[in-house]
Amino acid sequence: MLKLLNINKIFNESTADEKIALDQINLELKVGDFVTVIGSNGAGKSTMLNMVSGALSPDFGQITIGDHDVTKLPEFKRSQFIGRVFQDPMSGTAPTMTIEENLAIAYSRNRKRGLKIGVDKQRKEFFLHSLERLHLNLENRLNAKVGLLSGGERQALSLLMATFTQPSILLLDEHTAALDPSRAELITNLTEKLVKKDNLTTLMVTHNMQQALDLGNRLIMMDKGQIILEVGEVEKKNLTIEILMEEFQRIRGQKFTSDRTLLSS
Amino acid sequence: MFSAIFGSVEQGFIYAIMALGVYLTFRVLDFPDLTVDGSFVTGAGTAAAMIVLGYHPAIATIVAIVAGFLAGCMTGLLHTKGKINPLLSGILMMIALYSINLRIMGFTVENSVGRPNIPLMNSETLFSQFFKWWGSLGIDESINGFLTSMGIQFVPKTWGTVVVVAILVVIIKLVFDWFLKTEVGLAIRATGDNKKMIRSFSVNTDTLVILGLGLSNALVAFSGALFAQYSKAADIGLGIGMIVIGLASVIIGEAIFGTKTIVRTTLAVIAGAIIYRIVLALALRVEIMDTGDMKLITAIIVIVALILPQYFDKRREKIRKAKRHELRESQTLIKSKEGENLA
Repeated sequence: MLKLLNINKIFNESTADEKIALDQINLELKVGDFVTVIGSNGAGKSTMLNMVSGALSPDFGQITIGDHDVTKLPEFKRSQFIGRVFQDPMSGTAPTMTIEENLAIAYSRNRKRGLKIGVDKQRKEFFLHSLERLHLNLENRLNAKVGLLSGGERQALSLLMATFTQPSILLLDEHTAALDPSRAELITNLTEKLVKKDNLTTLMVTHNMQQALDLGNRLIMMDKGQIILEVGEVEKKNLTIEILMEEFQRIRGQKFTSDRTLLSS
Repeated sequence: MFSAIFGSVEQGFIYAIMALGVYLTFRVLDFPDLTVDGSFVTGAGTAAAMIVLGYHPAIATIVAIVAGFLAGCMTGLLHTKGKINPLLSGILMMIALYSINLRIMGFTVENSVGRPNIPLMNSETLFSQFFKWWGSLGIDESINGFLTSMGIQFVPKTWGTVVVVAILVVIIKLVFDWFLKTEVGLAIRATGDNKKMIRSFSVNTDTLVILGLGLSNALVAFSGALFAQYSKAADIGLGIGMIVIGLASVIIGEAIFGTKTIVRTTLAVIAGAIIYRIVLALALRVEIMDTGDMKLITAIIVIVALILPQYFDKRREKIRKAKRHELRESQTLIKSKEGENLA
């Protein structure tokens, strides 16, 4: 479904700040694959996600979604196929618009936008049913402005908006990192449920090792712009945090250094 | 006094169309568009020039609206494709339009290329055509007859102007409200709200910024075309400070009527435009004031409208906090008393 071929990206090339963000990245996701991505700060996880979404374009390499070569496709065109949830709960929704209006915008993702009323009766019904799945009582607040919702509620809504049009690819960029533990758990469970429901092909970046182990059928570990470890479906079932740390040490010859990762595990 | 206020209401309705345009860019798209100063005159000049050249006033008005739309799109292109800062894009377009407007009005004279004003004293306008029909209805006579019999001294020359502009504004408001609820309208609103989000839902924000600016300036040009026909003249200096007048209307309206929903906010903007005109008319009646002071008064009105709400918000917050504090104090008092009783 998703293929990254030989992706390279260098920031600030030929200056003192030159940084190799992605170095020969090759990755393939089959339909229904749920891949979790871990790695220390600056490992290139988010950069890789931004390559897929089109927010950044690679210096070299090719990206395909299904049969489409999307390497040169601008972000807004690519997002027909891609659902995204950002780390910042503020990023995924329009705060001055109501819940139903936000949902209507998401609903039009893979349809042509015209002069049709955004929230008609039929759609309202559909939005209501979709919101009920969140169990956050948002279905009774269709006309509330999204800016009034809590971070957790906004992130749940973002997740619903990203998934309910059944995108070819779902990208989750540390989407629970800005939430308190109980809210993060709620979103994690919701993620599992919504992804399973439509069998979505998903790529999730996380700082939380436990989350990376709990969710998904595959796992990759990145460091310094490279994928240093790939764990397949069978091995992932028996994986623990300790094994991951040992693996990292074995490959890199040094301790895994990221306070945030250790603390949040 | 009354005739001055009556005139301000008529003008207020015409300016309300411009204010809706300013609301669309300033608030909905979050784009401070200064093109308005130029595109208002583009509307006035195009309509006046075409009327003088013998076109039907309705066609002249429609062409004026299209001209405003194109001017707005140019500003949008400068910003999105040329990557020029929003304020600067508007200023550049405004200054360019000054020359373009002179040229447009210059079409009416053979030897000169530019022309700073066009009088429409004896020309047919949308208003004069409407009055022919309106006069045959005899409504003015009956209303004014009724008012005089009530002992009211002031009677306006005609009620027709206020009726026709009010109807126009109501229609525009309804279409405007409807448009902001369509799929494209929602996308435009989200573009002003959260560009990152709307791009992730397959919307080309550049196209929508250009479209939004075009529509906004189409409204502004429409307002200009009506104003020229209302005041029976187009002048190159008409647009000076127009953006501030538009902003004043938006801010005054929002401060008084609130912004709870789109429908309410557009109503507030229209009301704001009318209130602004009335306040200005009253201010100009103070003896030491001269018409030349108009822009200064406008600036002061906007400054007051910007600062006062902040002051009220702060006060409200203080009162709210004090109340909550009191409540908490009394609760702890009750609790401690309960504790004593138990002991």
